[in-house]
Amino acid sequence: MADTILEMRSITKTFPGVKALENVNLDVRAGEIHAIVGENGAGKSTLMKVLSGVYPHGSYEGEIVFLGEECRFKTIGDSEHKGIVIIHQELALVPLLSIAENIYLGNEQAKAGMIDWEETREGARKLLRKVGLGEDPDTLVTNIGVGKQQLVEIAKALSKEVKLLILDEPTASLSEKDSDALLNLLLDFKSHGISCILISHKLNEVSKVADRITVIRDGHTIETLEKNEISEDRIITSMVGRSLEDRYPPRTPNIGEVVFEVKNWSVYHPQHRDRQVIKNIDIKLRRGEVVGIAGLMGSGRTEFAMSVFGKSYGVRISGDVLMHGKSIDTSTVQKAVSHGIAYATEDRKTYGLNLIDHIKHNTTIANLFGISRWGVIDDLAELDAANDYRKKTNIRSSSVYQTTGNLSGGNQQKVVLSKWLFANPEVLILDEPTRGIDVGAKYEIYTIINQLAAQGKAILVISSEMPELLGITDRLYVMNEGRIVGEMPTAEASQEKIMRAIVRAEGKAAAS
Amino acid sequence: MTTDTAPQAAATPVEAGKAQTLSVWGALQANVRDYGLLLVLIVIMLAFQWLTNGTLFKPVNLTNIVLQNSYIIVMALGMLLVIVAGHIDLSVGSVSGFIGALAAMLMIGWKFPPEFAFLANPIVAGIICLVVGALIGGLQGWLIAYYRIPAFIVTLAGMLIFKGLSLAILAGKSVGPFPAEFQLLSAGFIPDLVGAITLVPASEGVQPLVLHGTTLVIGIAAVVAMVLFAIRGRTRRKARGYESEPFALFVTKNLVIAALVLFFTYMLASYKGLPNVLVVMGILIAGFVFLTKRMTFGRRIYAMGGNLKAAALSGIKTERLTFYIFAIMGALAALAGMIYAARLNSATPKAGQGLELDVIAAVFIGGASALGGVGQVAGAVTGAFIMGVMNNGMSIMGVNIDWQQMIKGIVLLAAVFFDLYNKNKG
Repeated sequence: MADTILEMRSITKTFPGVKALENVNLDVRAGEIHAIVGENGAGKSTLMKVLSGVYPHGSYEGEIVFLGEECRFKTIGDSEHKGIVIIHQELALVPLLSIAENIYLGNEQAKAGMIDWEETREGARKLLRKVGLGEDPDTLVTNIGVGKQQLVEIAKALSKEVKLLILDEPTASLSEKDSDALLNLLLDFKSHGISCILISHKLNEVSKVADRITVIRDGHTIETLEKNEISEDRIITSMVGRSLEDRYPPRTPNIGEVVFEVKNWSVYHPQHRDRQVIKNIDIKLRRGEVVGIAGLMGSGRTEFAMSVFGKSYGVRISGDVLMHGKSIDTSTVQKAVSHGIAYATEDRKTYGLNLIDHIKHNTTIANLFGISRWGVIDDLAELDAANDYRKKTNIRSSSVYQTTGNLSGGNQQKVVLSKWLFANPEVLILDEPTRGIDVGAKYEIYTIINQLAAQGKAILVISSEMPELLGITDRLYVMNEGRIVGEMPTAEASQEKIMRAIVRAEGKAAAS
Repeated sequence: MTTDTAPQAAATPVEAGKAQTLSVWGALQANVRDYGLLLVLIVIMLAFQWLTNGTLFKPVNLTNIVLQNSYIIVMALGMLLVIVAGHIDLSVGSVSGFIGALAAMLMIGWKFPPEFAFLANPIVAGIICLVVGALIGGLQGWLIAYYRIPAFIVTLAGMLIFKGLSLAILAGKSVGPFPAEFQLLSAGFIPDLVGAITLVPASEGVQPLVLHGTTLVIGIAAVVAMVLFAIRGRTRRKARGYESEPFALFVTKNLVIAALVLFFTYMLASYKGLPNVLVVMGILIAGFVFLTKRMTFGRRIYAMGGNLKAAALSGIKTERLTFYIFAIMGALAALAGMIYAARLNSATPKAGQGLELDVIAAVFIGGASALGGVGQVAGAVTGAFIMGVMNNGMSIMGVNIDWQQMIKGIVLLAAVFFDLYNKNKG
């Protein structure tokens, strides 16, 4: 087609042990808004990183043709030079520099190394006008809201003579009004011939502005829908339609009495102290029960779990935590652990493991009392424990002396699990327990979860992969914007039902 | 791994043990850092022995090396904890100087009324100094841990403050000499309860060779205890089905270390015996090895330095731990300050200045990581000795202080470079 500006042909990208993208095709026409939708972890962001040169040419297979020539980007600079600009979910602005300085960061308006401040301000003002922002270019970025920061990012992109603008979840943290303004801006760009790739979870937005939609699932392109084919139902079916057979171990639940309860739990944002992140949540876990929390990224699931676990997140926390019907104090991690609560983080590298130390030390660190007396560690007891859990969780390593930083994601996750199993909790909160690990390791993790439930532990699984929740849990909570917006037995749940609960809640929130 | 005919019943533990058995070469490689550093120290000592025409290994000189470096090593023990925890302490030099001054003022400078005269007693004064040191360290640690002020800044401020305080309480003058009891800390040797052992009696043309009996007995006892401990550990591991290193390596390692200790003991015994300060150091070193390797307290420090957030989410009270680490550092700086003052037999306003850099250098040469989480007591002690032997050797050779500084700088850089190179390769 003559007006195709970008073609990505059979892109395949593998990470150690995981095939993130397989034979993905994408084409974008001049002056269109092309939406990419898919579940978390489907490979959308990976595809955009391939396109923008974050993953350099050679680290993936397939070819990228932009404006009629094949491109082999080695860095982000290469792709920006061609006019492809990506705006990430996490904004890449320097908070303590001014708007003007941020717009021209790395692209300073300078002569012989001297910054021309007049030119910088004037240029910034023009660009800000284009994106409909009336701020003074000298305002520090930290002093404007997230919505405006997003617009500054776009102004920055415009300063580079962008031909293809990629927006990764641009409206995730924006209010309804700001989102509308942003979407209108995209339509405006379109009329000026700038193409746009929009990655978004919000299907209503996508159906509103997109000319075409490409659906990605499990690293494959499923289909590209033309404007007249687009409807929310159609997109949902396409996004989630995958078989579940044999991906989850069989489960025969044996559910007992209520063990763990959180009542009327409220949490505020640690920096913006008047923003309520968790809004009056009530949940219950029973003995031997696996309960899931579904929800989109940013719905507050992790924040909820971490605030319960030793107040590790948030401020002005209120509410009650009950264990066997008795109120307990979980105000520090140590207290939470001693009451039998464990929380395995979603981000094992930042919050889960000491990556420079070996498996043995990582396994025992949350329960040093279990291997010591009077503060002296019994090294053989420790070695026994580490070997025991290495076997129980089936960690593949040369020995317990292998550095955890050198393990694959799946094995690292098993070390995190070992650590918390060794602490012998009654209630286990698993946050994204299978993120970034391959199918085989996922199956092993699910098996472990089943075994733990069979031993009578209560397990709360937070996951962005809905099939996973449907495959391994007994009951589901649906969370959106800090609230529980739905609860259902897994037997009666479906991905469509969950999605609808979320969308309905969003509609309600928008209406109110 | 080869298949073999292990008896069925013992299959599981033997298998587990098998997985952990390393080849001699593999074990050597795995420990190249630990052994390598010791090797470097030995090579440097031999080189200086040659360069100084045999002066380095004279008993009197070896004794001197111990005395000259004792305060560095004492502080390096605390600094190791600080650095493993991911912090730094720039104040230890000034704090040690300040405590030296405080000790001098307590024992000599301040004239107490009779009812408070006990404060001038060397033991009471010594305890006061240790407590004050711990309080100083604790205060800095408290600011670092609970107010999240970077350690670099807090201790830089501490460095300036205590430099000034030493000047102030000494009124700019040197104060000394110390009571004889206090001098014993640095200048004394343990009494010879066993009695002298004469190997070569004095006669014409022959140097007499008389050994300090107690020193010899303590040295031999230490070696025997060490070997027994190692064997016991190994047997216990074996009984449980574990094996950590090949037998040949185990024997060689223990033989080499035993030989070194015996050689050193012999050298000391042929002079005046064990210096008191070496006894203090020995106990401290053993204590810190135990603390870092076997105690939960030590384990938590490594976990915190390796990943602060993960440690906190594992239930480690990172703030309190940081506070304790700096308090320990402060107490050790105080001890070092007293050793230093006792050695000079006076407290001077300039005492201790710049020592923090030697201490930090020793820990880094010893293989600690500036990012935290990595470092060993043995490494830090060896690192301190490498610096100490170089100082001593170059001084004997008459190398100018300017050259000495440069060479020390290069050694520090080379040690860290080698370390990173090794890591990146592995």
